[in-house]
Amino acid sequence: MNASDTSHGDVHVDRVALADELAGDTGQIASPDAAEYALWLGDDALVLSQQLGWWISRAPELEEDMALGNIALDLLGHARSLLHYAGTVDGRSEDDLAYWRDEPEFRSAWLFEQENGDFAKTIARQLVASVYLFELYERLRASTDATLAAIAEKAVKEVDYHRDHAVQWTLRLAGGTEESRRRMIRALDDIWPYVDELFRDEPLIDRLDGVAVRPSTLREPFDAVLADVFSEADLAPKSAFIAAGGGREGRHFPTLGYLLAELQVLARTHPGASW
Amino acid sequence: MTAVRSRAWDIAATVCDPEIPVLTIEDLGILRDVEDSDGRVRVHITPTYSGCPAMDAIRDDLLTALRAAGYADVSVELVLTPAWTTDWMTDDGRQKLEAYGIAPPSGRAPVRPAGPMRVALAVKCPRCDSLHTREISRFGSTSCKALYECLDCLEPFDSFKVL
Repeated sequence: MNASDTSHGDVHVDRVALADELAGDTGQIASPDAAEYALWLGDDALVLSQQLGWWISRAPELEEDMALGNIALDLLGHARSLLHYAGTVDGRSEDDLAYWRDEPEFRSAWLFEQENGDFAKTIARQLVASVYLFELYERLRASTDATLAAIAEKAVKEVDYHRDHAVQWTLRLAGGTEESRRRMIRALDDIWPYVDELFRDEPLIDRLDGVAVRPSTLREPFDAVLADVFSEADLAPKSAFIAAGGGREGRHFPTLGYLLAELQVLARTHPGASW
Repeated sequence: MTAVRSRAWDIAATVCDPEIPVLTIEDLGILRDVEDSDGRVRVHITPTYSGCPAMDAIRDDLLTALRAAGYADVSVELVLTPAWTTDWMTDDGRQKLEAYGIAPPSGRAPVRPAGPMRVALAVKCPRCDSLHTREISRFGSTSCKALYECLDCLEPFDSFKVL
């Protein structure tokens, strides 16, 4: 903790301060730019994890409660590693970053902030998210930043399972009943305006050559994978518009404020508590 | 490996996975390295899955076991690379899993699949050895397992996912 940052309590998740060694690899300190990039990826994972957690006990079947809960847990693991690394730049812990930043300080993309909606909407968001994350982590393994490379190496194998889960459900819903197909088509159309933002090259990327993956380079492989799925399922998503986005600059979709309120309320009600 | 170091390794290797108590962290391939320099012990462990909640308990158990054995200065570090794979599970561990009623990982981790479609391998029922089994849920009681049922003896069972 920095002395400048002790305005609130220091929240520990466990007695042995797992956070001290969370990202593994030599306790590397992130450069300011690498920390910002880790924040982008960490916030994406954290927001999606929180969204999926909502489904536990509400999914259409017990197996899906477990599946979405398991996927949320994997994503939370990625978020913890990434936020821990982001915090090394100024001495903030993963908990400081998760619980004590306000909405404009978050860096998640709008896709991850789209509401759960019905099960089809959640699957449509999962399909886009997991195909994108798979292509991203697959390439981030080659990062010249050892910590980011290590996190990606671990995450890519897990995201591969998430991707398969989303693909299977997309095929099932699109090829199921009239009702499930109608909902899957609508869900993809609802999600599609928020796809573009994932592939925008922000100025930060120019300063992270070799460290970060250039988002625009992911568009082609992302489209190729989805083309296979869509042809199999006879789907063709269309956008009525392209969303402005702006998550990387701290401008967010209206849902994020509510999501953060729920995510942060406990830590802020009991500053310094440990559990 | 010095005699002292191997003693510290042997003690670390007695720690079990709290969610699969028949397996030690050595059986699972979670225990990666134990360094002992002048009584300072550094244990390196690697998580099976990023969000694996067992890591906290394993860390506590390692600290407890090594301190009980007389090592005063013990630290446990989490390493992410190389990323854990089911290929690191020992043969001994695989046999223990099966005896415990959990199907061990079927085969080796694949080279990265090119497309989004997976090839499913047959999973053998740990109770009656039938290959006539069905995946009920890809995600099971823990991150690392899937839920199956045997279509011959009709029993449900957990299967360790290949990773």
